[in-house]
Amino acid sequence: MKRKIPTVYFFLIPWFLGVVLLKIVPFLISFVLSFTSYNLIDSPSFIGFGNYIKMFTDDPIFAKSIVATFKYAFITVPLVLVVSLMVATILNFKIKGVNFFRSVYYIPSILGGNVAVAILWQSLFANDGIINMVLGVFNIDAIPWLVNPNTALFTIGLLRAWQFGSTMVIFLAALQNVPKSLYEAAEIDGAGKIKQFFNVTLPIITPVVLFNFVMGLVHAFQEFNAPYLITDGGPMHSTYLMNMYIYESAFTTYNMGYASALSWVLFIIIMVFTLMVFRSSKYWVHYSD
Amino acid sequence: MSNKLNKILRYVILSVVGFVLIYPLLWLFFATFKENNEIFTTLSLWPEGGFDLSGYKEAWQTSTGRNFGFYFVNTLQILIPKVILTVISSVLTAYAVVRFEFKGKSIIFATIIATLLLPEVVLRIPTYLIWSKLGMLDTYVPLIAPSALAIDSFFIFMLIQFFRTLPTELDEAAKLDGCNPLQTLIYIFVPILKPAIISVALFTFMWGMNDFQGPLIYISSTDKYTLSLLLRLSQDADSVVNYGKVFAMSIMALLPSILIFFFTQRYFIEGIAATGGKE
Repeated sequence: MKRKIPTVYFFLIPWFLGVVLLKIVPFLISFVLSFTSYNLIDSPSFIGFGNYIKMFTDDPIFAKSIVATFKYAFITVPLVLVVSLMVATILNFKIKGVNFFRSVYYIPSILGGNVAVAILWQSLFANDGIINMVLGVFNIDAIPWLVNPNTALFTIGLLRAWQFGSTMVIFLAALQNVPKSLYEAAEIDGAGKIKQFFNVTLPIITPVVLFNFVMGLVHAFQEFNAPYLITDGGPMHSTYLMNMYIYESAFTTYNMGYASALSWVLFIIIMVFTLMVFRSSKYWVHYSD
Repeated sequence: MSNKLNKILRYVILSVVGFVLIYPLLWLFFATFKENNEIFTTLSLWPEGGFDLSGYKEAWQTSTGRNFGFYFVNTLQILIPKVILTVISSVLTAYAVVRFEFKGKSIIFATIIATLLLPEVVLRIPTYLIWSKLGMLDTYVPLIAPSALAIDSFFIFMLIQFFRTLPTELDEAAKLDGCNPLQTLIYIFVPILKPAIISVALFTFMWGMNDFQGPLIYISSTDKYTLSLLLRLSQDADSVVNYGKVFAMSIMALLPSILIFFFTQRYFIEGIAATGGKE
């Protein structure tokens, strides 16, 4: 496999330029900007920890935004993991039509954050939308899904849950790789299906659970399209997720310095959670070799 | 007997879940043919007044003076170069990282994984300022150019997983036949990894179709709007008065993705499945 060195480095030039110019440099610039006040017109002026101090002492919207972001992540990430693992488990069985169901479940995922999907969600959960019509059939009072601050965040969280398909496909691939012999051994030991799932299946696929968990967290903390397009952050900032606050600070009110500081807070939150999950993984992730 | 019951139970659960997932899309589709006042008054999918196509007509005309096709072409002007550049740069990077031994390899691999998890949100403002300084605002360059620099670590990671599965004999045999590394890539690996490469292309395309924040930040003149921005415009302007039009436009915007998915689904499924696997 040893070849002349220069050729390899030549192949890596695009990636290297990308990492330096579009990742490392912006990363450092945003760190520096977070200590400035910058409105795009005047040049940035250094204000020390001013942005960070303001955030934690004199910005009620920041607090609301942080709370909404945590709630959104804590609702959607476990919801998607549980639903996708459950459906993948049901699918992981020798029955006809597995591929058909897998494809059907995957369709919402390919539509992702499309604006059309946001329009659909807005209509489904409108006060006179079909979700409330269905509830009406069961004599349940209409729920003001997107209008009530207590339900709006959950409603846009449901959109994320609707798109569990890509996580499910990853789980299904992992489930199909679990050696059959292990189930046979478990059956001889008299373990039932549920016991088999928790004692055989789950331990083996924990590395994939870790992968889906981390990717889910990183994405959930950065959700933008759903709150921006469906609820406009409202009502009463109940869906005003951090990424939306960052966007509006930067591109609506042109507080580039403050927005950079907000993005650094979000970055640190995401890093802390990711590290916590990785740290905890040695207690629950099972590596077969 | 219990096995049969088990099977039936699985089918029932799978069908119910499938129905719940797809019903909203079916509802949206049939609502495009309904009269405005019918959309929010009945649960039935079938339009009572027959299939009214005026929603599609209005959606195609849009309200900007340009038709829907114009914005579709705009979107393709971004997506086609983006797909090609993403494929080339990601394949080159994954190939180099997996098939060669060289100094700094482990650092590069670690950097790829780190950037996979690096939140894009922390880079957005400086990236905008850089493009602004280069005079590239309100052009497609900020939406296309990063793809040439293998900016999406997810695809590199996905291709790495596929490159890893291939035996080293391939490289050795190619070398004996006198192939240089680039020839080895083009004549040996690209044909073998065609499904994975198609996956990367399809994902880039779909995600590009769905991208809203990118165009929102960089594109300001209506003539350069993508489908996402056109839909947003229509959502703001028409969704109180003219649902038929907004829904028809939504279906028209989703249809390319859904059709492509139907004809190429195995590439999506295999591609996404590979990222979670350990091998």
